[in-house]
Amino acid sequence: MIWDREAECMPEKQRQQLQLDRLKAIVSYAYENVPFYRKRFKDKKIKPEDINSLSDITKLPFTEKADLREGYPFGMFAVPRKEIIEIHTSSGTTGKPVVTGYTRRDIELWSQVMARALSMAGATSDDIIQNCYGYGLFTGGLGVHYGGQKIGATVVPISAGQTKRQIQIMTDFGTTILTSTPSYALYLAEAVNEEGLSRKVKLKAGVFGAEMWTERMRDELEKRFNLHALNIYGLTEIIGPGVAQECLEKTGLHIAEDYFYPEIISPETLEPLPEGQSGELVLTTLTREGMPMIRFRTKDITSLTRGVCKCGRTLVKMSRITGRSDDMIKIRGVIVFPSQIERALLEVKGVEPHYQIIITRPHHLDEIEVQVEVSQKMFSDEVKRLEEIRKKIEDKVESAIGLRVKVTLVEPKSIPRSEGKAKRVIDNRKL
Amino acid sequence: MAQLRQISIFAENKPGKIEKITKVLADGGINILAISISSSGDFGVIKFIVDKPDEAKDLLIKNGFTVSLNEVLAIELVDKPGDLHRVAVALLRCGINIENAHVFVVNERAQSYLIVEVEDVDEAKKKLANEELRFY
Repeated sequence: MIWDREAECMPEKQRQQLQLDRLKAIVSYAYENVPFYRKRFKDKKIKPEDINSLSDITKLPFTEKADLREGYPFGMFAVPRKEIIEIHTSSGTTGKPVVTGYTRRDIELWSQVMARALSMAGATSDDIIQNCYGYGLFTGGLGVHYGGQKIGATVVPISAGQTKRQIQIMTDFGTTILTSTPSYALYLAEAVNEEGLSRKVKLKAGVFGAEMWTERMRDELEKRFNLHALNIYGLTEIIGPGVAQECLEKTGLHIAEDYFYPEIISPETLEPLPEGQSGELVLTTLTREGMPMIRFRTKDITSLTRGVCKCGRTLVKMSRITGRSDDMIKIRGVIVFPSQIERALLEVKGVEPHYQIIITRPHHLDEIEVQVEVSQKMFSDEVKRLEEIRKKIEDKVESAIGLRVKVTLVEPKSIPRSEGKAKRVIDNRKL
Repeated sequence: MAQLRQISIFAENKPGKIEKITKVLADGGINILAISISSSGDFGVIKFIVDKPDEAKDLLIKNGFTVSLNEVLAIELVDKPGDLHRVAVALLRCGINIENAHVFVVNERAQSYLIVEVEDVDEAKKKLANEELRFY
């Protein structure tokens, strides 16, 4: 199912021309209409006329989340507030929320990219989409809603929670597409199984995102729900969900690069990296009217692969997000992401994602201790078994990051819980 | 004959752990009949025989401990020299490997049990069926 064949399967050369035309236009537009960009460009002695090729984009300054907070609430808007017809904000766990404003054309753009995304998951006007993403200031709910309506599917705007009701609707209505966070989907799958209703579920695909997840979770979801578990990517600053979506090939997420221009940079040097190399994703909105974003640093770590996909699309593919550049740590010269360690320890049966990474430098070498809470599931009465589990976790982590770590088993709930994002790394090195 | 069950609790190797656990059991009116501790560096497993194992397990889980309840073999011992040796001979003859063991005394030493942790309690019992051993 390809929603916009012309755009999604466009030959690469032709698309590059389109991207360049749009890039030139958006850079002028941002310069003319947003004082923030004008000032930043002037500081770097850059004029919109200096952009003559796609690679010239590297001359432009980056935009970061902090800049958006600085401009709170409407400082990044490129149009008078009355032309904004909808506003969303990010959660704001670490300070002021980030505000994003949509003009009518931006909402149409959002609907289009979400229609593409849902079509990649096989959705058509025949489908019933049970949308468990939260409706409200969070972009997840309405993003899926607009896309679902655009393709003419039946959207059930249920949001998350009320598990009993979710299951009742899923089985009575015959929901075919589930949109939710992967962790909530797993929870639903368990509940469906407990009620003995697995056979009544008619799901064919799940569009899962808004949090980091793993191939192991994909296997689990596909097994339990007998569906295609697909990855969706997006962020409030750019538009919300719909920036990228996996097709049924499951070999990466197609970025809607005719609207959102992607670059991969080294989070250390900020220089562009060659294709295929893993680094931080930087996005530029090529057509946003309400709030254009020039070289926005997403902090998400991924890599890009070009070429024609088996599905027929030529849109560049990004790999599953493997970490965040803001929690990247360097240990003995090796770059390590907490998410790599998390994935490794979750491979050990019974281990739950309650852990903390403590880095010290007792002498001259960095040492890593990973504290893992002992769950009811992994506990046996034998010290010997626990020792085996501890060693197994150490081995898994070593093969994932290439460094030997010390795993310590700790009591449940002894690692502090935080609302919002957990503090995973404690760096006690005195450098 | 009821099977004897032993409660095991995961604990970090830090002062005050037994105090916390025994407080939960005391407040819950649970009587401790025997205790043993096995440790491995940073952590250990504390094991109890109690009068109300199911209740104790629920209470401990509710209080945030990681707990498991397992069947153990409880072989009666008589308070006289050589009796533990008699039991050990029987275990050896039947090829039973002891994972862990401790003694649980009842009735002022007149009667006690050797608590033996094995891989498979039922199988061990079958193997020991012809030995002159008395179980809990």
